[in-house]
Amino acid sequence: MTADGSLVLDGGLAPSPDCRAAVPAEPASASEQAERQRAAWMAAAQAGDRRAYERVLADSVALIRAVARRQGVATDALDDVVQETLLTVHRVRHTYDPARSYDAWLAAIASRRAIDALRSHGRRERRELHDEFALDRHPGRDDASADAERRQQARRLREAIAQLPPGQREAVEQLGLREQSLAEAAAHTGRKAGALKVNLHRALKALRGRLHGED
Amino acid sequence: MAEPRSNDSLIAALGAELVPVRRLLPPWLRTVGWLALVAAFALLLLAHYGDAPMLRRWAGAPDLAWAALGAVLTAVAAAWAAFTLAVPGRSRAWAWLPLPPALLWIGASGLGCLRTWLAPGTSIATLHQSADCLVFIVGFSIPLSALMVWLLRRACPLRPLLTALLVGLASAAASASLLEICHAFDAAATDLLTHALAVGIVVAANAAMGGRLLAPK
Repeated sequence: MTADGSLVLDGGLAPSPDCRAAVPAEPASASEQAERQRAAWMAAAQAGDRRAYERVLADSVALIRAVARRQGVATDALDDVVQETLLTVHRVRHTYDPARSYDAWLAAIASRRAIDALRSHGRRERRELHDEFALDRHPGRDDASADAERRQQARRLREAIAQLPPGQREAVEQLGLREQSLAEAAAHTGRKAGALKVNLHRALKALRGRLHGED
Repeated sequence: MAEPRSNDSLIAALGAELVPVRRLLPPWLRTVGWLALVAAFALLLLAHYGDAPMLRRWAGAPDLAWAALGAVLTAVAAAWAAFTLAVPGRSRAWAWLPLPPALLWIGASGLGCLRTWLAPGTSIATLHQSADCLVFIVGFSIPLSALMVWLLRRACPLRPLLTALLVGLASAAASASLLEICHAFDAAATDLLTHALAVGIVVAANAAMGGRLLAPK
């Protein structure tokens, strides 16, 4: 058992900064130093340091992309995984323990989000295949039925938007439907532009899930 | 496709939303917190039944004491593993932690069935009495599982199903340990099967429901 009460099962991960500080004989490599820096930034972010937080998130993008690529995520979907991971990091940032590896913590979250992306991509592909098959069987679809389908889709979208939490619904209505700028929407709703943008991200994710059954 | 610029604007937006957070307590401390509820139940049962019959049973048939020790250690190990696995980046190997105590629990219980004499102050449970054991284990597992799932939801279980299985094992083992305080029946195949069935029900129910409750949003 280690001093922090954990077993050595996690021995494969990077040692704690304290341990490394106690062994000055071998100079830390550039990547180790960079990781130590990220750990320190995240610890500061947990205390509310915005600059440190933005730095650690910006520094995390390359690592998230590398993890997603390793999992087999296509290049055009990498930024989706990056953004989903950043949103999750924001929500669970209290679970990071600065005595442990930041990169291992981040990679675990990124890996999970990459798997989610692969699964949802697989589901979408199956559905599209199915739709094509349906189209082949009904090649003479008239305009009336296409209209009815569009109306049905619009109704489903309206219902899904209505079910969103108030903050997210507001963001979709102001930014998505009324096409207001962030500044206009912020002035209109009295919310910060940043909060509106995060709410829009979350709303779009929830809508994708509801309309395509991705959750 | 999201553009890199959009990554930057998301980072700026998340930065604008940043507030200080209270760091999650270490897994071992959260395990102690959950065990406090188990201890509270144990104290209530001991106040009601006393410890004398339990100690007499253990002195007369040490295999019962070993089985009880196995159950207690399984509960502690499974709870610790669940709280640890709920933190991103921790090794999946933690899931094996409850295996050695579970083997002690199962092995000692099985050995008890081979005894040809009865432990002091016990009888062989009838089918109806065995059913009471099942209700006891399932009944105590409900609040214990609920508390652990609630505590785990504050963390980030990236392997929800595995974590839920451990929640079920911890709750069932803790309930079986509590049952030991008032269990006036000797080890027998029927009783052992009932206990195994109860543990199976608790673990399966947790895997079915807990997995969904713990799934990352």
